[in-house]
Amino acid sequence: MLDFIAQIPIAVWVKEFTDWLTEAFAFIFDPIKNQGGDFLDWTSDMLVLIPPIIVIIIVAVIAFFLTDKRIGLPIFTIVGLWLIYNQGLWEELVFTFTLVLIASLLSILIGIPVGILMSKSKTAEAIITPILDFMQTMPAFVYLIPAVAFFGIGMVPGIFASLIFATPPTVRFTNLGIRQVSRELVEASDAFGSTGSQKLFKVELPMAKSTIMAGINQTVMLALSMVVIASMIGAPGLGREIVSALQNANVGSGFVAGISIVILAIIIDRFTQNLNK
Amino acid sequence: MPVIKVEGLSKVFGKNVKESLKLLDDGMKKEEILKQTGDTVGVNRASFDVEAGEVFVIMGLSGSGKSTLVRLLNRLIEPSEGNVYVDGENLATMNKEDLRRVRREKLSMVFQNFGLFPHRTILENAEFGLEVQGVDKEDRKEKAKKSLEMVGLGNYINQLPEQLSGGMQQRVGLARALANDPTVLLMDEAFSALDPLIRKDMQDELLELQVAMKKTIIFITHDLDEALRIGDRIALMKDGSIVQIGTPEEILVNPANDYVERFVEDVDRSKVLTAEHIMKRPETINIEKHGPRVALERMREEGLSSIYVIDGKRNLKGYVTADDASEARKKEIRDINEILKTDVPTVGMDKPMQEIFEIIHDSPVPIAVVEDEKLKGIIVRGAVLAALAGENEVNIDA
Repeated sequence: MLDFIAQIPIAVWVKEFTDWLTEAFAFIFDPIKNQGGDFLDWTSDMLVLIPPIIVIIIVAVIAFFLTDKRIGLPIFTIVGLWLIYNQGLWEELVFTFTLVLIASLLSILIGIPVGILMSKSKTAEAIITPILDFMQTMPAFVYLIPAVAFFGIGMVPGIFASLIFATPPTVRFTNLGIRQVSRELVEASDAFGSTGSQKLFKVELPMAKSTIMAGINQTVMLALSMVVIASMIGAPGLGREIVSALQNANVGSGFVAGISIVILAIIIDRFTQNLNK
Repeated sequence: MPVIKVEGLSKVFGKNVKESLKLLDDGMKKEEILKQTGDTVGVNRASFDVEAGEVFVIMGLSGSGKSTLVRLLNRLIEPSEGNVYVDGENLATMNKEDLRRVRREKLSMVFQNFGLFPHRTILENAEFGLEVQGVDKEDRKEKAKKSLEMVGLGNYINQLPEQLSGGMQQRVGLARALANDPTVLLMDEAFSALDPLIRKDMQDELLELQVAMKKTIIFITHDLDEALRIGDRIALMKDGSIVQIGTPEEILVNPANDYVERFVEDVDRSKVLTAEHIMKRPETINIEKHGPRVALERMREEGLSSIYVIDGKRNLKGYVTADDASEARKKEIRDINEILKTDVPTVGMDKPMQEIFEIIHDSPVPIAVVEDEKLKGIIVRGAVLAALAGENEVNIDA
């Protein structure tokens, strides 16, 4: 009954489309792959050069001031980061951090303007919302495949996949935050003769700030989780330890790498949350 | 020339605006249009003029379209039809840039819930209008400070809005609106969110400021007492239409229809009516011509126990009582001056009835209403009570 149409070759189409993209846009993808890769390597090399003890102290001091001079988070960062160092995973930690940092920054850079566009136009919202849904519900592994096609293996495709996976919360929360600004404040800003950009920068964005920051926090956490998955296509860092532990069925080293990611996640989460205050 | 001239201004919310506007022209009512086209009529062909320096109150119950109307005046809501002239420029048809200029220079708005920016200090809030105009920092700071001092908040400039009470927040709203020295002040239910005592203070303060500023103010309210207190003229709205425009007296005394009358019914009349409205034509004798005998005769004719004495120019001289007059007749006194009493209770034409109440309570004789020392009328206790009861014999032509 259901076989009245032969199987639609969606898989073939998508593959052909991706192949075409890869070739047609090689002039864009290749420089990104090469220069971007070099930049990432350079960044993580620089970070690795800083002695761990100094990094730990700096991070702890920042934590101290971010949390209104309470000592909980500083102590946690010191102990947590030391533990990672103690387990010999410091270099992996730096790689992972670099990936998360760059992926998050790019996500925010792309996400906030798109969110603003969505909040200003119903049409844009109607078009972008389903795309965001698609980006978030498609299993994250799937993005790895075109990422490899476009950018080969390594950090760059990892960041590409994180971008797709991690950008939606920033977009959504920016849109939400701006739409939630009270009507009276928007009216006040219009009534005094603000231009569109005056309204945006003097009223809407400052008012939406805490909502947008909540979105950014989500984005950073998603980027972190994606960076681990991206190790399957050769992105270096803590994720690669987990992947290799999985391949060797080594519970011990898998657990250690896992705990390291948890520590990093908690530190990043608390940092971005406290930035909001 | 009126500062604001509104001509046939309408707003229809919905998808069949053209059709609905046509039905409005055919005289169809708001509910019928909602049924037929699914559109909501916000404002129905409003027309009025507001003169410079006038406080024009638009009042109506919630849903009467008054808030929509005020937003049509500065085009926060796009009109469906009609014209709004501000200083002769038609706001309804001008382009975005001109609209922005008019909003910056001529129209300021004060909001019901204050509309203050919570992330900006009081001073920064007051600066906002000047800031978007691009006035330089020192200049706008100074103007904003002056404006804050005017409303009595000179010492709070570095606080955040949330640190201030509601009344103070609305003063900031007012200061922000005044800082760019607009021609017209639009006040949308500006005092409605305040508690009654503060509300009254703010009304007084606005009136006080208005004496100095002489702004043209359009004030939206649902509170008739407030409308009567501050309005030079009042427009009453119902279902998007203006049903009556007039001075507070005109509206109270001659309600245009049942709707207005019902509105007016429970107003405390003692606050609105003045001596002028309840005084009667006085019985008098002339000090230059008449003696105690005529006085007694007049009082007997009219059934009075006292009578006012004037001179040939209607200047009030005093009064005589019936007792004194009959005593004088017995003693054959001819000169009325000998029995004239001069401790006359007098009030001006515009004395509110509330205050007359207290005076008349202690007075043995009717109160004299005078203007430039001339006797215009008298007020007897009965007239005060009658007016309070809302009887129609109130005399407004006097």
